[in-house]
Amino acid sequence: MSDTLVHPSEQSATKRLLNDILRSREIAIALVLVAVIAAATAKNPSFLFSANGWRDLWLTPSILVLVAIGQAVVIITRNVDLSVGSILGMSAYLTGTLFVDNPGLPIVVVMVAGAALGLLLGVINGALVAFGRVPALVITLGTMYIYRGIVLTWAGSNRINASDMPREFLNLGTQSLLTIPVLTIIALLALIAVGYYLSTARGGREMYAIGSDPDAADLYGLRVKRRIIAAFALCGALSGLAGVLYAARYGTVSSSAGSGWELQAVGAAVIGGVAIFGGSGTVWGAAIGAMLLLTINRALPILGVPDFWQRAVVGALIIGAIVLDRWLSTRQERKLLEARDEE
Amino acid sequence: MSSRSTAPVLELVDVRKTFGSVVALANGSLTVHPGSIHALVGENGAGKSTLVKIVAGLYRCDAGDFRFRDAPVDFGSTAESKDAGIAVIYQEPTLFPDLSVTENIFMGRQLLGSGRRIDKAAMHDEASAIFTRLGVKLDPRRIARGLSIADQQIIEIAKAISLDAHLLVMDEPTAALSGVEVDRLFAVARSLRDEGRGIVFISHRFDEVFSLCDTITVMRDGDYIATATTAETSVDAIVQQMVGREVSDLFPKTTAPIGDVVLEVKGLQSAGVFHDVSFQIRAGEIVGLAGLVGAGRSEIARAVFGVDRYDAGSVTLAGRSIPGGNPRAAIRAGMAFIPEDRRQQGLVTEASIARNIASVIRDQLTRAGILTSRAENVAAGPWAGRLEVKTNALSMSAATMSGGNQQKVVIAKWLATKPRLLIIDEPTRGIDVGTKAEVHRLLSDLAGQGMAIVMISSELPEVLGMADRVLVVSEGRITGEFSRDEATPEAIMHAATAQAEEASA
Repeated sequence: MSDTLVHPSEQSATKRLLNDILRSREIAIALVLVAVIAAATAKNPSFLFSANGWRDLWLTPSILVLVAIGQAVVIITRNVDLSVGSILGMSAYLTGTLFVDNPGLPIVVVMVAGAALGLLLGVINGALVAFGRVPALVITLGTMYIYRGIVLTWAGSNRINASDMPREFLNLGTQSLLTIPVLTIIALLALIAVGYYLSTARGGREMYAIGSDPDAADLYGLRVKRRIIAAFALCGALSGLAGVLYAARYGTVSSSAGSGWELQAVGAAVIGGVAIFGGSGTVWGAAIGAMLLLTINRALPILGVPDFWQRAVVGALIIGAIVLDRWLSTRQERKLLEARDEE
Repeated sequence: MSSRSTAPVLELVDVRKTFGSVVALANGSLTVHPGSIHALVGENGAGKSTLVKIVAGLYRCDAGDFRFRDAPVDFGSTAESKDAGIAVIYQEPTLFPDLSVTENIFMGRQLLGSGRRIDKAAMHDEASAIFTRLGVKLDPRRIARGLSIADQQIIEIAKAISLDAHLLVMDEPTAALSGVEVDRLFAVARSLRDEGRGIVFISHRFDEVFSLCDTITVMRDGDYIATATTAETSVDAIVQQMVGREVSDLFPKTTAPIGDVVLEVKGLQSAGVFHDVSFQIRAGEIVGLAGLVGAGRSEIARAVFGVDRYDAGSVTLAGRSIPGGNPRAAIRAGMAFIPEDRRQQGLVTEASIARNIASVIRDQLTRAGILTSRAENVAAGPWAGRLEVKTNALSMSAATMSGGNQQKVVIAKWLATKPRLLIIDEPTRGIDVGTKAEVHRLLSDLAGQGMAIVMISSELPEVLGMADRVLVVSEGRITGEFSRDEATPEAIMHAATAQAEEASA
């Protein structure tokens, strides 16, 4: 057992890969997800086997997946971004306004605009955290209210309605490609790109290093400020993109769009095995966590669980994930220390 | 030694670094040649660490020449220093526990394959090659969490090798290593020297310095003192240079009549921390506990007081046996302990002075379980007055006071328990010179009134000036005991740097 921890190189590459996958948090959370889907489908087969059921399964979590990916990157650097819901709201409202003012605007331009707005707001977050030397929790709690305040002032009591936006854009929210919704495909592409960056680029690995031990990162001479700003910028851009997709999917955007999403995104990342103290976890885990979070919400009513317990289950899931994290890491540490004594 | 003729890899001349009004490094000079292992020695606070941090790029020097490989440099960050080819191994290695050993070695300068993607296979191969060369069995794929200090240092060295560093600085690398691990480290250091790299080696262990290094530079009080080759100098000469200063009459020590044994410690033992510690303290006596930082002095004091548990041995205070691991019992029996880090462990800085002083005798002040500020003020008044704590009111917050006055409040707090034995850890650390003398006078007065005092101090002049008797701790053992007349800086330094093996032999 401890051999796989202490001497992983003694195993063949395939066995190592298999071991990594089987022991990963992502696979555990995916199994829970499969179990939830299976239970709900057993009770009501249309949960999975109807065209609508299949589409909802993928479509419902797609926007949260985008936000959770960004959140996971920020948490990996031992920070947190509570302003993602406000960024999403602002970007969604921007999307509507752009279409109202310029009806013929290409969809891609709007997407880029939403992502660029998010990027800007994310850079502001990152710069405040990196240069202010104040915990990200406090900074982004502040910007969460500030950004929301801007949306409220901007939108007032106006709301963007489906009729304000072009039909092709709204179709984006419901269209499918080979039975997989387009929004899901967009989220999946973002997931692959960010996941690839985190595991194979210097910048990505440095984000893990910064989250694992910020003081050591300083001693290593890593460009900590730059990486932290980049993490927040990425998170902001993904939230901005999510805002555009939100407008396409729901058709109506009020000034409160995206309220409460920040906590769902943090919850998704934590459930997916992203350590809240940084340094470990993957965006894949966060994505599966987001899917589990929203799928449970849809599955519990089908299973006949009362409203109160639906929320409690989500809470228990989050607490359980954190307790499991602590337990796994102390167990791993103990095993490594025991292995050291044996040598 | 043929490398003497070549240009030095590192040259520091009259380098200066101050923090506010504190001069950390007044006049640092160091010249390291390629293919040489250069020892840097000096007491705690001599400025060695500051010098290392300047070389590492953590600090910028205020004045002086800093040349590396024949070019003037001024590093603004650790990255610049590393890029130039300087690797620093700190006493306590800093690694990323969540990442693999390989990633720890290459972090920040990973090998890149096509498309600027990290080439993991190549990194694993290189890490394995380095470990083979170092003769260590360490799996490059395992995560760094749970590695021993020795293995962590191996990773630091592997980092330095993969960096192809021209200069390797090792800041007390052997402090936490066992004999075998030290040998392994030295073998590596010698092979790096033979490749023509320059090495700076900081250590308090003279046997190591003399067996490994070819040149020795001595520092004292932030100043460069002397440089000599190992062949030309001796341990005695080095110790002389390290301490060479007069014990000033800053210390108003008055001799007090020595009474009965107050504290008796027998065979105290805690695995991996200290071993077989026995000593007696008498009434009216100030006993200095000297030794290097990390020798185990504070740990012994904490165990005697009952904060930390111990495996074997006994503590007796005035004939009564004190149970281990129970500070309340120690306080009741008449023991007081003033920790080194008083802001964190000795004082509630947000609370008022009166509340701080009264805090340990709170139980005696309560009426029906209710504690009033009035009762606290009444109880605290005489103590604060006696110590001349210079504050306007007892209700003032402790955080706003100077370090010296904070120290006096902590002492007052413990005096309120009317102790028979006072253990005080680094009584004057972080206190200005004037207040130091006041704290010293206070300790002297208390001893005069018959209190037994154990004073832990890293400042040799303070120990020599204040103590009636000096116990020297090295690597968790008492390696020397000197009366006031016998205690000389040289004798204490010798005992403090003695290896545990020698002491028990």
